[in-house]
Parts: sequence; structure tokens; C-alpha cells
Amino acid sequence: MTLTKADLVQKVYQNHNFTKAQAAETVEAFLRIAKDCLKDGEDLLISGFGKFNVKEKNARRGRNPQTGDELILDARKVVTFKPSGILRARINGE
Amino acid sequence: MNKSELIEALAEELKVPLRDASSAATTILDAMADALANGESIEIRGFGSFVVKEYGSYYGRNPKTGEKIKVKPKKLPFFKVGKELKEQVNNPAK
Repeated sequence: MTLTKADLVQKVYQNHNFTKAQAAETVEAFLRIAKDCLKDGEDLLISGFGKFNVKEKNARRGRNPQTGDELILDARKVVTFKPSGILRARINGE
Repeated sequence: MNKSELIEALAEELKVPLRDASSAATTILDAMADALANGESIEIRGFGSFVVKEYGSYYGRNPKTGEKIKVKPKKLPFFKVGKELKEQVNNPAK
């Protein structure tokens, strides 16, 4: 089973006094704010859940694994996630 | 950005009281944590996906003392950033 955005909308709709449209907009806004934060290169810390970091990667030499050609991989940013202790404990049933 | 700042931004964007934004955010995060705790994965288009990996028990070493220790089986959540967010983090103008 996979949890999707539709499931999140359904949960918000069930648990709150929102219309379906309001529930959908709530989930969209939540995700939009989280994305905008990371887009700005800012870390997102959600206590009890985890931390999303934006890491800067330096340019490096790489290879095309298919052809073996050497190429330069540009400097870039990547998003990493570190689960909080509370989330880890919850997943491990502690 | 932390959780309370995210909730403030959410309240502002939805034009709802802080209390409502806070409980909606909690519903969303709880639904995600519950899914992972049940061993389910999460897939949110444009944002990313989470999967839970299971590790068996193994022998490790205390790096400080060199002492051999048994590491218990565990589950860990992993996040993979979605295509849209991955691109936007590198090119915020988009």
C-alpha cells in the first residue's frame, strides 16, 4: 500500500470541519510551503517527524557508466531527509 | 523553517485561525508517520516519496572502544526527492 496525496486530503476531510475542496487546498498549501522553503535553499525542520536539508554538492568529474566517457557533473543542490528519533521509534514500534 | 513557522504560513495562506492550521498540519504529518509505521510507502507527486527499509540484525563495533556489539534489526525511512522539487531546488526561477 502506498499513501498518496488523495489519502492525505481524505484524512484532513475526515478529521476536520472542512469541505472536500478546502481539505484539498489545505494539503496543497502545506506541500507548497514546504517546497518553497526548500527551493529557497532553506532547511525544513519538522519536530517529531524529521529534517529536510538542502545540501550543496560541488562540481565533480564523473563518467557515463554506459559509454565510459568522462564528463563534468556540475555543482548542484540536493535534498536529504533525516528522520527524527520520535519517527524512528514509531516505525520500529517502540 | 520549523514546524511552527510552517503552521503560521499555512494559516496565513488559507486565511484560517492558527489553531485550525495547526491541527490540519498535525493530521497530515500523523497520517504520513502512521503509514510509515505500518510499513507502507508514501508517494507525493512533485514532492517526493518515502520508503521504509528493513535491516536484519548484524554485528557492529563500538567505534570508540572497538568492542563488538550486536545491532538489533531495525527499520529506517528513506526519502527520495521528486523530479519537480529536485529541479526547482537547482533552479528556483522555474
